[in-house]
Formats: sequence, structure tokens, C-alpha cells
Amino acid sequence: MSDPVTMPIRFGSNSGQSVTRRDGVAKVTGRATYAADNHPDGMLYAVFAPATIARGRVTHLDTAAAKAHPGVVEVFTPQNRPPVVGDPDKKPFMFAIPLELLQDDTVRYAMQPIALVIGETLEAATEGARLLNPQYAAETPRTGMDAEAAKPAPSGPFGRPAEVVHGDTAAGLAKAVETLDVTYDTPAQYHNAMEPHAIVAKWDGDRLEIDTPNQAIVLSRAFYAYYLGIPADHILIRSPYLGGGFGSKAVPYSPLVLTIAAARVLDRPLKLVLSRSQMFGPVGHRGATRQRLRIGIDDQAQMTALDHVATAIVDSFDSSFPEPAAGASQGLYAASALRSALMVVHNDIGVPGAMRAPGEASGSAALECAIDEMAEKAGIDPLEFRLKNYADIEPGTGKPYSSKALRECYAKGAQRFGWAGRPLAPRQMVDENGFLTGWGMGTALFGAPMFAAQARAVLRPDGTGLVETAAADMGQGAWTALAQIAADSLGLPLDKVEFRSGSSDLPDGGVAGGSGHTATAGGALHAAGTDAIRRLGELAAADPASPLFGTGNQGFIPRDGRLYAARDESRSEAYADIIARAGGEAIEGKGSASRPPEDAGRYAMYSHGAVFAEVKIDPVLFQMRVTRLVGAFAAGRIINPKLAESQLMGGMIWGISFALHEEARFDKRTGRIMNSDLAGYHIPVNADVRGLEVMTVHEDDPHVNPLGIKGVGEIGVTGTVGAIGNAIWHATGRRIRHFPIRIEDLLAQD
Amino acid sequence: MKRFDYIRPVSVDDAVAAFRPGAAYLGGGTNLLDLMKIGVIQPDTLIDLGRIAELGPIEMLPGGGARVGALVRNSDLAYDRAFAAAFPMVAEAILAGASGQLRNAATVGGNLMQKTRCAYFQDPHSACNRREPGSGCAARGGDNANLAVLGWSDACIATNPSDMCVPLAALGAVVEVQGPAGKRDIPIADFHQLPGDQPETETALQPGELVIAIRLPTEAADFARNARYLKVRERTSFAFALVSVAAALKLDGQKIIAARIALGAVAAKPWRVTAAEDLLVGQAPTEEAFARAADALLEGARASGDNGYKIELARRAVIRALQMSAAGTPKRMPALPASPFGDVAEEHSHV
Repeated sequence: MSDPVTMPIRFGSNSGQSVTRRDGVAKVTGRATYAADNHPDGMLYAVFAPATIARGRVTHLDTAAAKAHPGVVEVFTPQNRPPVVGDPDKKPFMFAIPLELLQDDTVRYAMQPIALVIGETLEAATEGARLLNPQYAAETPRTGMDAEAAKPAPSGPFGRPAEVVHGDTAAGLAKAVETLDVTYDTPAQYHNAMEPHAIVAKWDGDRLEIDTPNQAIVLSRAFYAYYLGIPADHILIRSPYLGGGFGSKAVPYSPLVLTIAAARVLDRPLKLVLSRSQMFGPVGHRGATRQRLRIGIDDQAQMTALDHVATAIVDSFDSSFPEPAAGASQGLYAASALRSALMVVHNDIGVPGAMRAPGEASGSAALECAIDEMAEKAGIDPLEFRLKNYADIEPGTGKPYSSKALRECYAKGAQRFGWAGRPLAPRQMVDENGFLTGWGMGTALFGAPMFAAQARAVLRPDGTGLVETAAADMGQGAWTALAQIAADSLGLPLDKVEFRSGSSDLPDGGVAGGSGHTATAGGALHAAGTDAIRRLGELAAADPASPLFGTGNQGFIPRDGRLYAARDESRSEAYADIIARAGGEAIEGKGSASRPPEDAGRYAMYSHGAVFAEVKIDPVLFQMRVTRLVGAFAAGRIINPKLAESQLMGGMIWGISFALHEEARFDKRTGRIMNSDLAGYHIPVNADVRGLEVMTVHEDDPHVNPLGIKGVGEIGVTGTVGAIGNAIWHATGRRIRHFPIRIEDLLAQD
Repeated sequence: MKRFDYIRPVSVDDAVAAFRPGAAYLGGGTNLLDLMKIGVIQPDTLIDLGRIAELGPIEMLPGGGARVGALVRNSDLAYDRAFAAAFPMVAEAILAGASGQLRNAATVGGNLMQKTRCAYFQDPHSACNRREPGSGCAARGGDNANLAVLGWSDACIATNPSDMCVPLAALGAVVEVQGPAGKRDIPIADFHQLPGDQPETETALQPGELVIAIRLPTEAADFARNARYLKVRERTSFAFALVSVAAALKLDGQKIIAARIALGAVAAKPWRVTAAEDLLVGQAPTEEAFARAADALLEGARASGDNGYKIELARRAVIRALQMSAAGTPKRMPALPASPFGDVAEEHSHV
């Protein structure tokens, strides 16, 4: 239900508008400069040689052959590794992982950097790396879910506990009239942003400039400062555009740090761009899971227990990021007992990390299918079953939701999709072309976190504005949506505000992650603008020559470059005039944003949604298509509907990818990924995405943050995967309990 | 990448004369250049055929056949109205392959010459008898879910990835080649080689021989009214087949006079068994008759790893493709060529 409380924050005419992406023309005409587009004078090219075994030691590298190749300038190996100051095996910050900076000859995963070759050209460096022809003392790698017995995880990622228990699920299952006990598998997935990781590093003494795509510029600067042993303010990171981040570009990874260190030794600018295959190892991934879900219901089809145990495959040297899939069962359904637990199995792989909707994507996939299975057992429509188990307060904690328009999402989505006529039993619908047709649904859920950010806003003497924060535009539209918020805070049209972002010499814009960037960076920008307006108002109110003289106690309304007295709009003055009379000095405001701890403790805060899917399946060949997807989402205040809907669509397309395509295919003998390119690692193509509709349900949420913004970046993945899996069951009568679902799976049961 | 010489002859004679061991002929480069970049193929010399005009034309031959120069772009051939009308399943197969950009670059000769996409062949760090004779076959026991179920050997379980070659095989195309010893014709059935114990011998070409054209015989045009290509895959476009089928019929009312069937993605060459085709002659176009032909075509099929499902999938696809061809070649190219979803009216433009 929507919260009826009205917002204390005034919004101008920019927020809420579907402003077209401001960087769009630059991007489609090639004028937007991505990291790898930079070519400082004297620049050399770096290419890392990747380990081609998953576990063991490097015993020989043919550096002579590499160095003899024309154009090869230097070869860095453990024998002459470029020095770093910070210990690569330590973890100086949250989210840091142990790095491989050639500190020894150990191979802990395939595609780990084992040497860095520097060339005058990319081709020379690439061939030099190939000529190294590494020899190994290989050990048998641990690969797959059966590599060892699962152990309880010591802790979950993001500082969360490995196990959350509310009530007694064993008792809940024991008293249930109907129970379900199913296991779902999800594969390892690798971030494959269009733009691979890239860096151009240039030293000047002990000062460093780097061009690199980054989702958390100021945080990353501290990381680099630690490894390189220089003050953070000696480092400038420029990251105006990212060709996708998806969680993989939030912190520095080994190849990037290694390149910077090498550039320092060589005293030459260096560029390194990961090849597509090098994306499959050293830069994070979504870990594979095996999830057991046990659900019990009473005779009213209400859940007596929801027990979700996720076993995640993690690396064998850090193990800090077990894919927190079981957490998806917290916060959503009103089960009287709830348990989520994380287990781990160690493999010889790179460290997993956050990948779009970490935990929630995999967890929701399994949970929403299990819910569908439970509804089937109860003989109840899956939507009705979800409504019977609708949580009006957060299950387990008893906290109220800061806002929760999920009922409206269910209703709006179901109505738009035409869910009402759906037959309960599977394999009932065949379309006019003879295709098996199935309808499925899933609930979408994602937390609405907020981080910390700062911003600066300046009102210039000519009455225009300048706002600054080191935010990150990964393609989601931060250049646009954040500027809209900033313009509103200054009471100016968008084109009268200069927005500076994407550089580490600006105030810390926080991390573009966790679906919290617009709320956080936007909150800081709004606070900074409001501060600037407050200062402007103080000047005007104290100036006898101003029409606003003496109105300071009633407050001001900034609009279109004029300040109005709050209770008497006949009294107003242009910003430029106020500033001119005050001496012509620009007025600066500062702002910061973070969630007050008391609000964080008092309310459960989530974005919600409902996704409905239609699939069509050839009844003989079992080739599948998702023919319709309808998603209705409630995510607080929507700053830019066009961009928000694009984000949600992108998430839902990722859901198609998860359900039907994406999977790293390991050779179980070698631990190497055998489809490490985009010919083999499939994501949907345009022809796989048919009817795709997104709707948003308005929520006024006074608790998440002053602006009432939740996030839309990740929630689209959740719900969608389960909806597709459930639609495939509804079309065929077959439950496939792993992802991606393939032709082979349906054929095997035919 | 390894350094190489690059030459650009303007005649086939000059190209062939320039050949020496270690050289490679370059067509559209959509496969060769990728393999060079990842170190799988490392020629000393690239002989770029792109300026050789005589490799260019598409000629419709008197009586109904056709001759297609080796350098004709895949897109140009598929969109050639006369060619597509006479050999619709060739056009359909081409448009089911790769992406628009790749088809615009890829050539007919290059399509014939493309390498297997077996992940172990494409990985210089894996054992592969095809790439490095005697090194072994890492695909056996590895990730092999989409590898061969027919004609494979202990030495190699790779498949030929071509779509275009499947209908060409069904239609009995002839490959014209020229080499140091002159010109000769190679029936397409003999062009691609099964691995046996020498999987490195991928084609019947002798060193220095160059594909200069493919020829479709006169009788190949007899199937234009009932000819389809069907490609089964996990993704609707831009993916290699799990199995594909070229199926063509010559019908006299409700009687089959002649049939042509070839399977793709199941072996190191397009898989054609004339005995399976013969089973259909004189039969009515029924599912039962098609099933018998499918079984005959798949005789001897066996899993080479985790790919046994492909045998049943192929059997079903053969029956479906024959049903589609019996229903008649569509007047217009389906919006999704060769797709099980291809004949759905709501699709407007192909991908």
C-alpha cells in the first residue's frame, strides 16, 4: 500500500520528466571518450599473460623469446615484478580482495595474470605474452559443486551474517499440511559489459593520473593509494563514461594495479585493455549456487516455514563472497518461520564478487520457482498464493516497510498481462501456430540501500549553477538523472546548470552500486543545492535593497532562477541580481547524504515488483522464446521515467539471459572456462526479446531518504528468471530445476 | 599476433603462384583473422583474394544450375533474387547463419573453408589432434555437449559449423578448385573430410589449392518448390546450430519423386545418406515415411560425450524439416529464416 504521507521536499520541474539521456548523442557519434580512447604521448601497451591452468605453480616463462619479439619493451614476471607498497595479499578495505601482482609463482585460478608484457604496439605486446609459453607444475584443480563437502560459510558478503533465523523452521515444516523440498542450481556468470576493464596510467613523479571505468571513484582512489604508497590526493581518476559496470568495476583488480605499477617503473604512460576472454577470471563473477528450499503450508495455504539454504562456490584463497542467494527469502513472504543460510564449496577460481543483483538474482530465481511449485501443490493460482502470503510487515523482524506498493504491482501487472484467464494446470495452452504456451510470474524484490556521498553546488554571478559530485554513469543515466535533481535543488532549468561528475577531484559521489546511486549522490546534490539557495536567501533577506528584504523567516521558493518569498510570491528577485548587489561573488553550498541510522533500524526498505512472462515452445523440438514480459515495479520516486524504465527493461532482459542463456562452462578436469568469449557465452540477442513492457507504480516514501528515491538498477533481474522458469513449466508440465534451461532439458523429459 | 607478409594478387593464377607452405588465403577474414588473433593459425603470408575480380560473379547457368564465385559475399548470394528463387534453402541457410555484419563480410569460399568451433580446437592450450596432430583430443571427456554424434573418431569429435554447406551438400554441389596442378572439380560430399585418424586433414584440398567457385547442378533447381532449411538452437539468432537440416522434395501430387536431406552440426561434414533419401521415393509425404528416412539418416549415430540428446533432436528435426518442405517453399523468406518460429506471421523483418 502506498504511504499517504506527503513529501516535505519540494521538487521542481526537472525531476519526474523523461529527459533524454544527455550523453546519448556524444555516445552514438563516438565523441564520448572512454578510458581506452586516451593516448597520452609516449604511451606503451601492456598485455597480461593469463594462467592456462587453474591450480599449481608457474615453473618457466620464456621471457627471452618474448623480449626478442620486435616491439616488445619489457616483460614483468615475479623475478622483476614492478614494486608496490601495499601488501597485495592483505585486504585494506571492505570489498578489497587479495590481488595477484606477480608476488609469487602461484596459480590460484585460470586466467590469473602471471606476467605483464609491455610493447610499443598492442600487437607486439600480445605476441610477446603468447611467446612466454608458460610451463607449470600443475595440481588437480577443484571444480564444481561436488569438489568437496559443503561447509557453513563463516559470513556473508557486505558484512552480513551467513545465517538469518526467525522462528523455528523445523517446527514449521513439521506442522505443515503440505511441504515442498526442492533443489535449484544456478551457474557461474561473468560480467561482460560491452566495455572491458581498461586503464591508461600516467605518472608525474609521485603523482598519478588514470583513465579507467570505475563505479566508485573516490573509494577506488583510496585503494590505489594503498597499493602504490602515495597520498590519495596525488591520484586523479577520470571515469566520465563506463560501458557498463554491473558490479565488476567498483574496486581495482589485479591487472589494473599491475599496469599502474609497471608504468611507474618504466616512467612511461601505459594502457591495458582486457581482452574478452580475460574478463573470465581476475575481475569478479557471480558464483554458482545450489539452493535447497523447503516450504511448508497450513490448510489455508499460508506458509508455516520457508527454509532456504544456498551453497555457493567460492574461490579457495579469499572466500569472502559466497553468492548470498538465500537472503532473497528474507523480507518478502509472510512465513511464520524463516531461515536463510549460506554454505560454501571451494574451487580454484577467481574471487566471485557483486554482479547485478548479487544474491537476489540467483536467490529469487530459485525462490520464485519454489513458490510456484508450492502453489501448484496447494492447487492455488500462483498470484493468489503470493497474496495469501503477502507480508504487511517484514516477516521475522516485524519492522514496518518504509513503503510497499507490491499489491498494486501485482494488480497492475496481472491486469496488463491478462493473467486472469490462466489455466491452473500446465500444458493447457497451444497457440494458433501450434506452440506450447505458458504463463508464469515472479515477485521482484531488491533492497533500497543508501550509502554516503558529498556534493558541491555553486550559484554563479550570472545566475547559472554549477554542481559537482564524483558520481559514475555506467550507462544507467547518472549524467541526466542526477543533473535533474541538482537543477531542481537550485531552482534552475536543466540547461542553466553545469554538472561535473566522473572525476576523483570532485566531492565523493559514493558508489554506483546496490541500486543506491541516485538516492545517495542525488541526495547529496539536492542538499548542496538547497544549501546554496539558503545562503542566497540569507543575502537577499538581509539586503534592504532587495524585494525579499525581511522575508527570511518565511523561507524561499527557488524557481527558474528567481527566489520567491514563500508566503508572498509577489516578492521575488533574480539570483543574479541578489549576487551582484552582494558583491558579485559566487555562492557555494555543500551537501552530503546518508541514511540516518535510526531510520535504517526502524523500517524495512525495499523496491518491489511483479513480473509476468509468456513463453512459447515448439512442442517437438522444444526451442523456446519469451514472447511477452510485463513488469510492474514500485521503487519510490522516479526521477526520470524513461531512464528508469530502460534500467528495469535491461534488468528483465538480464532475467531472460539468466533463465535461458548465460552460463560459464567449465572443463571439470582443468577448471578452465571453455566458452570465454561472446560466441560461446550467450546472452540474448534482439530476436530473443519480444514484447517487453515496464510499468512503475508511484510510491511516496518519506523514510528511505529525503528525496523518497529507491533504486531501479537491479530489481528487474529478480522475479523475471522465476517467471520464465514457471512459464516453461506451465507450457510443458516440466520442472527444470537449474538455469539456464535448455532444449536438452525438455527433450530429456519428453 | 605473429608477424606475417601480406600480398594482394589480382588474378587466381597470381594467387596460386604466390602460395608457399605457411601461407593462407584470405577471403572475408571472419574466421581466419579471429583464429590468427588467438594464435590458433599463424600463417607466414596472407594472400588476400579481395581484389580478384574473376572470383566475383554469380552466374545462373542455362538449364537451371548456377555457378557462384568464391568471393561472393554471403549476403549478396542470399539476396540474389534469381539464385534465391532457384535454391531457396541455400539462401535460407545463409540467412540463418552468423549476423548481418558477418554475412556482409564472409565469402562463399570462406564459408566452405571455415574451421570447427570446437572450443578445444580454438584454444592453443588444449590438446587437439586437428590443430596439432598427435596431441590428443581434449574434447573427449570435456565440454562437448554440442559436438559430433556421427562420423567422429577417437581422434576427433569436432563438427563442421557451416549452415550454407548443408543445403549445398543436399543438392550435390560441386566445388571448383585451382592449384599448382591446375583446375579440378570436387563433389561437395568429398570436400570436407571425416576425422578418422587424421583429423588435421580437414578438406580434400591439396596444398596451394584454392576454392574458386561452387557449382549447383541443373537438377538441383528441381527442388525449388519444396526446399527448406531448419536450424535448431538455444538462441533465436546469432548462434551455431545444435542440429540443422536441409530438406528438399520433388513431389508429384502426393507422391515423392525425389528427396534430398542433409544434416548439419552433427559431424565434421554435412551429413547426407542417399539411402535415406531413396526410402522416400515413391512414398506419400507422411510423418511415418519421414521418420523412416530420419532413422536411416541417423543410422550409426552415437554420443561422443554429453551430446546424446542431439541424436533424438536430429531425428525430430529431420521429420520437421521434411514436413516443412512438403508444405512448400514460402513465397517470401521467413522473418526468422530456418527458425522453428520462422513461419509465424507477426514477425516482420528477419534478423
